[in-house]
Amino acid sequence: MDTATALAKKRRIYKANTPLLMQGNEACAYGALAAGCMFFGGYPITPSTEIAEILARNLPRVGGHFIQMEDEIASIAAVIGASVAGAKSMTATSGPGFSLMQENLGYAYMAEVPCVVVNVQRGGPSTGLPTKVSQADTMQAKWGTHGDYNPIVLAPSSVKECFDLTIRAFNLAEKYRSPVIILSDEVLGHMREVVNLPDPGDLEITTVQAPVEPPEWYKHFEITPDYLSPMASFGEGYRFHLTGLTHDEYGFPTSKRDEIHNKLEKLRLKIARHIDDISDVRADFMDDAHIMIFAYGSAARASRQAVEIARKKRFKVGLVQPRTLWPFPDKIVKKFLSKVDLVLVPELNQGQLIGEIKRLCDRHIKIVGLNRFDGELITPSQIVDKLKEERP
Amino acid sequence: MVIQKSNVTHEYLRHHKKFPNVWCPGCGIGIAMGAMIRAIDSLGYSKDDVAIVSGIGCTARIPVYLDFNTLHTTHGRPLAFATGVKMANQKLKVIVVSGDGDLLAIGGNHFIHAARRNMDITCILVNNYIYGMTGGQYSPTTPFSKIGTTAPYGMIEQAFDPVSLAKSAGATFIARGTVYHASQLSRMMAQAISKKGFSLVEVISNCHTQYGRLNREGSAVKMINWQKEHSVAVTAAEKMTPEELEGKFVTGVLHDIEKPEYLEEYQKIIDRFDIAGEPAKEEKKLIEEPGPGDKD
Repeated sequence: MDTATALAKKRRIYKANTPLLMQGNEACAYGALAAGCMFFGGYPITPSTEIAEILARNLPRVGGHFIQMEDEIASIAAVIGASVAGAKSMTATSGPGFSLMQENLGYAYMAEVPCVVVNVQRGGPSTGLPTKVSQADTMQAKWGTHGDYNPIVLAPSSVKECFDLTIRAFNLAEKYRSPVIILSDEVLGHMREVVNLPDPGDLEITTVQAPVEPPEWYKHFEITPDYLSPMASFGEGYRFHLTGLTHDEYGFPTSKRDEIHNKLEKLRLKIARHIDDISDVRADFMDDAHIMIFAYGSAARASRQAVEIARKKRFKVGLVQPRTLWPFPDKIVKKFLSKVDLVLVPELNQGQLIGEIKRLCDRHIKIVGLNRFDGELITPSQIVDKLKEERP
Repeated sequence: MVIQKSNVTHEYLRHHKKFPNVWCPGCGIGIAMGAMIRAIDSLGYSKDDVAIVSGIGCTARIPVYLDFNTLHTTHGRPLAFATGVKMANQKLKVIVVSGDGDLLAIGGNHFIHAARRNMDITCILVNNYIYGMTGGQYSPTTPFSKIGTTAPYGMIEQAFDPVSLAKSAGATFIARGTVYHASQLSRMMAQAISKKGFSLVEVISNCHTQYGRLNREGSAVKMINWQKEHSVAVTAAEKMTPEELEGKFVTGVLHDIEKPEYLEEYQKIIDRFDIAGEPAKEEKKLIEEPGPGDKD
């Protein structure tokens, strides 16, 4: 399919530059289509199912493929397979399904396969609260599968951000040849907001660099100076091998010490060396703030309103919202930490992200968590009350 | 005059840094791999148009030696990976190679659903009745009363018959062969690969290192001879009574039917939409519900 046809097909999906009322999950699905997603493999799970339903309806309209697999393990496997064969691919799930996907996600990190996984978080552990909000998979998104690896995790906090960050997720996945996880949640997924979506033709879309060398010289995992290697797909004449075993630059299993070390270093450095490019932090009212609220996703929404209320009550408070959760934006957060003497971390879990703030803080300042895990949102007034309690 | 190519398999092997292979001397997997190569060669496919997908285990090590597009995945999941590969690039001939543990135990769910879905994928199951790579544990095809390191007092579970399992799950082509009958195996694999739909070839193989040693079944040669003595061609089996067939297994093409192939059906859906993504007029009411912004 040529670019003009592909674009014409994408333009049929939603009306651009018009106010539209839609859910976060819908915005994720339309973002995926705009980013050029051509394959979705999924399994129904509340509260993520709308993404699968919308893509089941729309992927054939752009010439792409949707399939409902037999479980989440198969879903992520099919997504990886499709990506290896050249399609931009995605799946969407929630806690229990995200747990099932972990082994194959590890495969995608190891074999450096681009793909996007949306985790619309619900309450856990286990079956937990299928229809209620939570942010308890924050650490699972970073540490979910076994072994050392460096995930890219994005966290939207509004319907528009669901759209924007889905596009960014596809772009980062292609550039860094890695799975990118979008940590949404039940409230964001189901909440409706008015959004103006851009025309698919106006979007900046990254596609993985194709190899320039002839097939006989091609190394699928070439270690380049910037640690980003070009990538061929199945059927393009390169006939490479992919495995989850630790492998050399060609992709063949190895047990040589230097090759093992270099492979794992590459996985680390391709993220670490580009952390400034990957990091995306939004800061509000931080210029003169003595108090920092650090929150992502739905908790950041409540925090933003809390900051507005507290500012009227003369609290010098600001909000820092990471839209890239992992790799953790150490440098940016440290800069803000050096200017404040109180940090409040509202989270819809028992305290996961607060550990990162404590890790980064090298001065003696107060770091307090505000945790809610009863399936409801933290309210702005709860945050304001907590501020009053800490700063009477 | 047909010129017999003497070393056809060599043309399809990767030569750099891959050999010696992981298999024990005398293992049947090499014969199954050779049969698969000859089948692909006989069909005249370009190497670029073939994708071999495998999971984990001895059989799953086949792809690394072959000069195709090769994908060595996680334990039990090759069919799920293959589903994605095939859907994203339908020009590829996708062949899954898997062992009895990989395909029928951890991958059992994917196996029945792949058969039911009827996507054009060929699955080659090398059945040696045991987990070889991990050291001789019992598998879903280990026969009743046989010994495994995790069934030291004899197997008390019942075994799967992969052929009946695939048949009831909906596979459109099923054949069974042995590594003794290597050239027949090759022909059946070629038939399976050419079949439009989900096809299964079960290859009865030998694991003399684990299964043979634990069950005192002797050397590789003895075990491969056992296959010859216990296999009955499907034509001969039709004339035999169930008593006569006791303890034997039937080989040949056992099942070959026509069903709508998944991706052909999917293409029909894609074809309902013309170039601009508009559904054809007569289909418009059927399929297009208003998207966001369409109502105003």
